Amino acid sequence: MRFAAEDLGGERGGEPVFAGVSFALSAGEALLVTGPNGAGKSTLLRVLCGLLPASRGGVRFSGGGDEWPDMASACHYLGHRNGMKTALSVTENLVFWQDFLGHAHLSPQEALEMVGLGEIGHLPFGYLSTGQRRRASIARLLVSYRPVWLLDEPTSGLDRASEAQFAELMGVHLEDGGIIVAATHLPLGLDGVRELRMGERVE
Amino acid sequence: MGSGMTDATPQASTLSGRLTALANPTRFLALADRLVPWLGATALVVVAGGLYLAFAAPEDYQQGITVRIMYIHVPFAWLAMFCYSLMAAAALGTLVWKHPLADVALKSAAPIGAAFTALALLTGSIWGKPMWGTWWVWDARLTSVFVLFLMYLGIIALTRAMDDPGRSARAAAILTLVGFINIPIIKFSVDWWNTLHQPASVFRLDGPTIHTSLLWPLLICALGFTLLFLTLHLMAMRAEIWRRRVIAMRRLSARAAERAAR
Amino acid sequence: MLALFLREARLGTRAGSGALTGVLFFLAVVAVIPFGVGPDLNLLARIGPAILWIGALLASLLGLERLFQADRDDGSLDLLLLAGSRHMTALTVFVKCLAHWTVNVLPLVVVAPLLGLFMNVEPTGIMAATLTLAVGTPAITFIGAVGAALAVALPRGGLLVSVLILPLVIPVLIFGVAAARGAIADPDPFLPPFLILAALTLLFAVIGPLAAALALRWSGD
Repeated sequence: MRFAAEDLGGERGGEPVFAGVSFALSAGEALLVTGPNGAGKSTLLRVLCGLLPASRGGVRFSGGGDEWPDMASACHYLGHRNGMKTALSVTENLVFWQDFLGHAHLSPQEALEMVGLGEIGHLPFGYLSTGQRRRASIARLLVSYRPVWLLDEPTSGLDRASEAQFAELMGVHLEDGGIIVAATHLPLGLDGVRELRMGERVE
Repeated sequence: MGSGMTDATPQASTLSGRLTALANPTRFLALADRLVPWLGATALVVVAGGLYLAFAAPEDYQQGITVRIMYIHVPFAWLAMFCYSLMAAAALGTLVWKHPLADVALKSAAPIGAAFTALALLTGSIWGKPMWGTWWVWDARLTSVFVLFLMYLGIIALTRAMDDPGRSARAAAILTLVGFINIPIIKFSVDWWNTLHQPASVFRLDGPTIHTSLLWPLLICALGFTLLFLTLHLMAMRAEIWRRRVIAMRRLSARAAERAAR
Repeated sequence: MLALFLREARLGTRAGSGALTGVLFFLAVVAVIPFGVGPDLNLLARIGPAILWIGALLASLLGLERLFQADRDDGSLDLLLLAGSRHMTALTVFVKCLAHWTVNVLPLVVVAPLLGLFMNVEPTGIMAATLTLAVGTPAITFIGAVGAALAVALPRGGLLVSVLILPLVIPVLIFGVAAARGAIADPDPFLPPFLILAALTLLFAVIGPLAAALALRWSGD
């Protein structure tokens, strides 16, 4: 499995945000995207998964076979917003996403236990604190399997202990042969982690 | 997509891949600059000639002087439909070929089309007062044109509600096409709903039923107003391109100021 | 897809949703008409089906703008779009429309006979009006999805959605009311306008989700 960006450029509202981003990742590798606010980290991640069109260059994803024909089908995208309905319980949310996304991996209850929310699956999502919400949406990455994780500030609102827990989850995913691109300041402490500094090459 | 218009930006990095896209609006501006005066002058001459002929033409033995309003009403109604078809074509250009001029054409045509549609409604209503004895009747054709007018207003409202030109262009294009698919349905349903109006009388398979002495001035007027429409459309497109360049340059200077402050 | 339908239906029926508001609005609109035109029962019986249709049309426009905006606000829309290779986006939109119709518009159809009684519409007319509403209102939701998708990024898109949609649903209104009237006014036929109404619903069931999916895909920011 190989995931590469070639001379990628992105724009927002008709204005170029970044240009000339290139990297290539294969199974078990991770890329940390760092840089100041407004450097285009979020835009890069949205371009990578195909939610935004690339203004130049392109994203290549190969070796996924029939199961993962393209990038959009092969990736989990965790954005700033959690993608959970506040009126539904945490478990209902996860069960829905598991059904809808397919490729069931862990059961919702197992996934919640992995992020330390095993006790509160029955609560409406709206009652959770910011950190708990973030952890619940991290559990979404676990209920359906996707080889590529695209994470935008995945640890915002998390405390130290949860951050460490999440780093561990990412480590497991990489060992399984997954690929991670994360915009985060969290040091992963793993081999094969590269860093892409943004905000310097534009203009 | 919007940055297709930003060729005033001194950005070397994005320039290379875009030369073709950038050349078009610039070439278009040069072309428009040269065309507009000639086209405008021709339009005025043809309209003036058409109107002169219209007043020289014999009066209708039933309708009297009021028939003369036909010479502007019919061209306006024709342009109301012509403009929407043009916008639908431009919408296809935006959606399929992503041509930057297409969305400029679509956006700048909408207000002109709405104006001509309003004029068609207005002249129709003035014509209708002596004919029907009332300013407005809910007959099939008036009603269809009125619905068309509402659709123009919807498109204008949508393009105005979004500030990002690329996104508003795509949204307007989708709405225009959905509306275009709907026009025959609306026309059919309104006809079905009320079939009181006299049947179409200008172009029919068995030849025109109005007398040729009335038809010629009408055709010349239609041609003149179509030329006038094209002139206005070119001018509006030119203004829209300049407007986008101004926006792009303002953005650029804001960012330059930000860099300087750092 | 069933999961999506169930989720939407559940969301629509939980607290904080506007499903009940739509029914109340429908009741209120129909209830004020007699105050406007006078309590003449003969007149009301004649225009009753039309009033039911106009009330249902306006009420079904309520809450349409939230169809995609709610998903956009919490980020679900991104994930629904990303799953486009697994579930065609147009199909996702179609299912969302069905769920929206079931939760928000079906109750209007259910209370319509009751309001028909208030209007002194005769039983055949009530049945015809209810039947035409059941067949015709999905078309409003499907075409409304286009408006909702176009205005998804606008913070105050609600009014705009209605303005964009109303001209496009005029044919639905025409044939819906014509069929309902046809059942009680003798020379007018019932079946032809009713069949055209059904055809319109089927047509919009295709056009609406396709155009809305396109609009959503391009609304990305």
